Amino acid sequence: MSRPELQAPPEIFYNEEEARKYTRNSRIMEIQSELSHRALELLALPEDGVPRLLLDIGCGSGLSGDTLSESGHQWIGLDISRSMLDVALENEVEGDLLLGDMGQGLGLRSGVIDGAISISAVQWLCNADKSSHNPRLRLKAFFGSLYRCLARGARAAFQVYPENLDQRELILSSAMRAGFAGGVVVDYPNSSKKRKEYLVLTCGPPSISTSTPNGKGEDGESSSDDDSEDEDNQTVSISDRHRPKKKQKITKKGKGREWIIKKKEQMRKKGNVVPPDTKYTARKRKARF
Amino acid sequence: MRLLTHNMLSSNIKGVTNGFPLRIEIEKVVEKQVDFNADFLRNMFPKIEWKALIGAARTLGYVELPEEVEPSRLDSEDFLRKFHHALLELHLEEGALVCPETGRRFPVSKGIPNMLLHEDEV
Repeated sequence: MSRPELQAPPEIFYNEEEARKYTRNSRIMEIQSELSHRALELLALPEDGVPRLLLDIGCGSGLSGDTLSESGHQWIGLDISRSMLDVALENEVEGDLLLGDMGQGLGLRSGVIDGAISISAVQWLCNADKSSHNPRLRLKAFFGSLYRCLARGARAAFQVYPENLDQRELILSSAMRAGFAGGVVVDYPNSSKKRKEYLVLTCGPPSISTSTPNGKGEDGESSSDDDSEDEDNQTVSISDRHRPKKKQKITKKGKGREWIIKKKEQMRKKGNVVPPDTKYTARKRKARF
Repeated sequence: MRLLTHNMLSSNIKGVTNGFPLRIEIEKVVEKQVDFNADFLRNMFPKIEWKALIGAARTLGYVELPEEVEPSRLDSEDFLRKFHHALLELHLEEGALVCPETGRRFPVSKGIPNMLLHEDEV
């Protein structure tokens, strides 16, 4: 899949034609709403039924905002593309919209926002689209102003597509330098398609409540970024990709039960629906069949 | 743009120390019905800059809000309704927001304020 970040700056890439896709393409809409549901879940707002004031950074056509509205929350959306915001107006989203650049910092008062989400937007900050752009300074301005405007203990959940390990490291270290606690949550780490990364940040000093939640599709293993084990897995999976493919072993006996169970386990980790392992799994058929 | 958002926004031009509240220039105001939720209002009340809210509401032509307010007023349904109307139902559709310190105008069109800064303002 091509990366939109490599093609043009966001305000130019998301032109009218591209913005249109966000109302017509049901696949884009489905993915966006799935991601925003998960981001809202990661915000872990108190379940007292009180609507909160949330921020949607890179709200685009308001698909993620709709998820927030469904849960009853009030929200303010920020985006740099006028075309996308016009689509949001057509969709009659319930939140307020702002045309702004997150890399210039958020012009909001201190401590007023109860939580922030962002779907596939923060990695845009790593690009220098204009000569005046410096990714480090833009990330610093963004996270610094976000830290100020969030209330104490409030969380931010950003779904990001970092291009490589360096970008991920850059985004995370900028957030930490701004004072946030938290880390990266990886959902379905073993699937190349369903794998999604979320940056979960908490405003304020680290405590038990600021520990990073677990990702989906992994067996209770913590996925916080400072975890060295996680870091190792990363490098392994990447070097795996570049290794030449193994030649298939051809045996007359065929694949055994062990092999099938191993494969099923792999598919389960990818988040696929797999039938349970029973005594019938990989059972031999009778000769007269 | 609702006054809730206006109450949160401040100008973040480089060098501006007090960019709040943004002055409102009106060309068009619209009203939209929003579901009333008392819990949300009670939760938001401590975060609202009251002076800025009544100032903005008066600019938009709504004068029902009291000058001074104590938290005890939050029990009164009548007061909450007025608060709700000012905070969530009045929209600045066309006009501008003006930075109180530098006088820089942020135009508002179709209810969306353009908060993009020029390169020398970052």
